[in-house]
Amino acid sequence: MNRMTEEQKRYNEYVEEKAPKSHIVQDCIRAFWVGGVICCVGQLISQLLMLIPDMIEENALNWSSVILVFLGALLTGVGLYSYIGKYAGAGSIVPITGFSNSIVASAIEFKQEGLVMGVGSKLFTVAGPVLVYGISASIIAGLIYYIVGLF
Amino acid sequence: MDIFLTYLKVFAVGGLICAICQIIIDKTKLTPSRILVGLVTLGVILSAMGIYKPFAEFAQAGATVPLMGFGHSLFQGVLKGIKEKGLLGILTGGVTATAAGIAAAVFFGYINALIFSSKSKK
Repeated sequence: MNRMTEEQKRYNEYVEEKAPKSHIVQDCIRAFWVGGVICCVGQLISQLLMLIPDMIEENALNWSSVILVFLGALLTGVGLYSYIGKYAGAGSIVPITGFSNSIVASAIEFKQEGLVMGVGSKLFTVAGPVLVYGISASIIAGLIYYIVGLF
Repeated sequence: MDIFLTYLKVFAVGGLICAICQIIIDKTKLTPSRILVGLVTLGVILSAMGIYKPFAEFAQAGATVPLMGFGHSLFQGVLKGIKEKGLLGILTGGVTATAAGIAAAVFFGYINALIFSSKSKK
């Protein structure tokens, strides 16, 4: 048993020594171009929306987020997003489409636990922490800004 | 030519943010949910420091599509809320500004989870 673990340890060291460098470069290139393309899609959507008469930039940006969230959810539902994720890693996680992917993916995964405690609750497995930390951070930052502004 | 330059900036900045996060994932084995939480919080902090707004004007969707842009919207909403409602705006501003995205994520997420089933379990 001891020898096994020692061999395993040596193997793990070997893997860590050999694998990461080439992997990181390849992973980064993939994350870079896929993430870049998703951002360009977002840019294209908001620029097309700006062609609509009376569209203001703030609303165009909001619409563009909504459409990206929708696309991310749909691609996850039909099972395509997991392929993108396997290939692109962070390139698929970091854009807002990755946020909606994580929402749908965990909800689908726990669907058999029921519509309330399965889908309803697991929708927030990732969305929950993101909202908790995002909203709390913005309130703390807002408080600091408000207090500093008093003086 | 101008439009080409815009998309080049969007592509390069958005891609760079993803590549940096990829390095962090590879080096630290942080889970995607921790990465997302970190990005949102960082977006709020950078926005509060006044860095993210000029950055978003420069890189446009390259800065707003990554989840840091969500944090940026939250804080910009808080600023707007403070201007309009004072202290109460700190609580109302962030969620108001991001309501469309949050509601869309919950609703589309729910609908898609209802329609589709897990692919791996078939």
